[in-house]
Amino acid sequence: MTVQLDARPPVVPAPQRSSGRLSRLDTQLSPYLYIAPFFLLFAVFGVYPLAYTFWVSLHDWDLLGADHPFVGAENYTRLLADADFWHALVNTLGIFVISTVPQLLAALWMANLLNRGLRARTGWRMAVLVPNVTSTAAVAIVFGVIFGREFGMINWLLDLVGLDAIGWKSNRFASWVAISAMVDWRWTGYNALILLAAMQAIPRDLYEAAAIDGANRVRQFWSVTVPLLKPTIIFCAIIATIGGLQLFTEPRLFHSGTNPIRGGPMRESQTLTMYMFENAFAPHYNFGYGSAVAWLLFALIAIVAAVNVLLLRRLGGDRRQKGAAR
Amino acid sequence: MAVFPRRRHAAVALAAAAALLVTAGCGGGNEPGDGKITLTVDVFGQFGYEQLYQDYMAANPDVKIVERGTGTNLDEYSPKLTQWLAAGRGAGDVVAIEEGLLVEYKANPANFVNLLDHGAADLKGNFLEWKWNAGLTADGKQLIGLGTDVGGIAICYRKDLFEKAGLPTERDAVSKLWPTWPDYITTGERFTAAKTGASFLDGATNTFNTILLQTAGNTTGYSYYDTSGNLVVDSNPSVRQAWDTTMDIIDSGLSGKYGSWSEEWVSAFKQSKFATIACPAWMTGVIEANAGTAAQGKWDIARVPGNGGNWGGSHLAVPKQSKHQAEAIELAKFLTSAKGQIGAFKAKGPLPSSPQALDDPAITGATNAYFSGAPVGAIFGTGAKSLKPVYMGPKNQAVRTEVENAVRTVELGQRSPAQGWTDAVSNAKKAAAK
Repeated sequence: MTVQLDARPPVVPAPQRSSGRLSRLDTQLSPYLYIAPFFLLFAVFGVYPLAYTFWVSLHDWDLLGADHPFVGAENYTRLLADADFWHALVNTLGIFVISTVPQLLAALWMANLLNRGLRARTGWRMAVLVPNVTSTAAVAIVFGVIFGREFGMINWLLDLVGLDAIGWKSNRFASWVAISAMVDWRWTGYNALILLAAMQAIPRDLYEAAAIDGANRVRQFWSVTVPLLKPTIIFCAIIATIGGLQLFTEPRLFHSGTNPIRGGPMRESQTLTMYMFENAFAPHYNFGYGSAVAWLLFALIAIVAAVNVLLLRRLGGDRRQKGAAR
Repeated sequence: MAVFPRRRHAAVALAAAAALLVTAGCGGGNEPGDGKITLTVDVFGQFGYEQLYQDYMAANPDVKIVERGTGTNLDEYSPKLTQWLAAGRGAGDVVAIEEGLLVEYKANPANFVNLLDHGAADLKGNFLEWKWNAGLTADGKQLIGLGTDVGGIAICYRKDLFEKAGLPTERDAVSKLWPTWPDYITTGERFTAAKTGASFLDGATNTFNTILLQTAGNTTGYSYYDTSGNLVVDSNPSVRQAWDTTMDIIDSGLSGKYGSWSEEWVSAFKQSKFATIACPAWMTGVIEANAGTAAQGKWDIARVPGNGGNWGGSHLAVPKQSKHQAEAIELAKFLTSAKGQIGAFKAKGPLPSSPQALDDPAITGATNAYFSGAPVGAIFGTGAKSLKPVYMGPKNQAVRTEVENAVRTVELGQRSPAQGWTDAVSNAKKAAAK
């Protein structure tokens, strides 16, 4: 059907006279050397901090203190009994769900629009990425002002239509919505472009065949596009999971004033990363406890990512034959 | 493919440039070339040192001074400073430490140069005794920081809004309106009844802090922790009294509910949305910075209800990690000298902690044009020498945050005063245990 573009490894004629051992060593080792930089960097900036954080989490580690006594799993047991931790967890998952689900659906819809014959297509495609290029800090500050209690634009609009002002920063659910709006504004276009790239790899003739079979556009979308996009959707979902559960800048900058790291006086929108910061740094400076939060967050991301994959595997699972037909 | 080698050259050049940048960045304060030493000073809020730096650099041509953090609020500043100290690099050569955090930093004195080893002992007479002692470690063997300013409390108010509400505007008459906090509330109710479109005060947390430190200073001498370091949030009558007064203020609907230091708070300054604010001496610089030149001459200063009090004040310390300790110590001594403290007071209003400076005509006769020519030296300086300090315990900042947040939940209507108090006590205990 399509041309097989994957190049097979070129067959290198074995050099006849040069030292066979050296060249064998070369063919065996050089691939590892080529990929080594990534693993070296990953070891330095990924594995080492992870291991060190775990080490720290087993200690009573005052950030400024001279000695750090070993306490074993005490930080973890305390953390699991810590109501504020669970509160932050619920906030994080809440914001994650109400931001990620609409975001991926909107991205899918947007990608589908961009995939059609639009005028000035490249321009539109660039345009959806613009919010992503803006600095998170700027976005958060602007949205923080828009959602202000007294001087904010949204409450001003609500007032115009005769509705009561909403305490966007002091109402738990409202603050989730405001932060999700920020996240969606920033990341929808990014995901749309990734999905668009995948959509363009879908062979046209599948749509032609579907059209001949009498499938309309909507049917084509759900029966051809979505199943074939499955790996990409899973990819986007995992990236969104990692980003969503690590959400920090938006909710942190959404709140200004004294102790913004709490996400409001009653921790209305404090995410896990903010809770980690609150404990590891100001005002508690308890590095061990903060590290324990970091590790539980790591575990949580792994779990949610796995659940995501399992759920999305089911998405259009019965159309596997069609996918295989490619 | 001819392009490829050239690209590689470009990449190598880029990498080399990046490496150079990194090494230059790690080089620290030494700029090669002009032979000058760069001293970095880390502050928060408004310290008013700009002119003093100019004077110092003129007298010491080999020193260049860079200040970081002006306008930063303390909650952003303190984690940064702590991280720098913990990491062993990044902190300025001279760093400001606020009184509430000093206890925590004093618990780990190894991070700082012992100023007593550098002739600071001779300067003892230049500071109020309690301010000097606050800079000493518990065993008295190490001096962490030299005192800059002390609190001194007043009430700053908007004359134009008072006039609109039919209240007196002249500062002595305004001071007479509120000998006590209940009188302040009564005045607030009169103000509110006049419907000027502005609230009587900015937010409850600043006022709560003021009342607490005032009450504690005049009675027990400690607030959240007693002097042996036990948490006494629920048993110290000063805390409860400050809480109850604050609840009365909230209950009377006087607060504009602007969270202190938030963007809304700053906007409220600009749009003249409140008429009074609890005003430690250092707050005058903050008001001027927030309200801007448009409000010049509309502000004035009256005395605080109740009986004086102290909120705030900082010390200057030299971290051990500084590469120019000797020069940094000299600069810190200069900035905290009587001359330095007078200069800072004139620029941004922090009240000197040096008795010589407090007696200096430059202070006693000082007026502030921004605040309608109010005699700030007399208002804040009177009684400054007899100020009773409030003891701050080991986790003061964390505990204070919890109690302030509880005040805020009541103010925003999320909690009843009784629930708020329960929260304040239980959260404070939890924070103290962390």
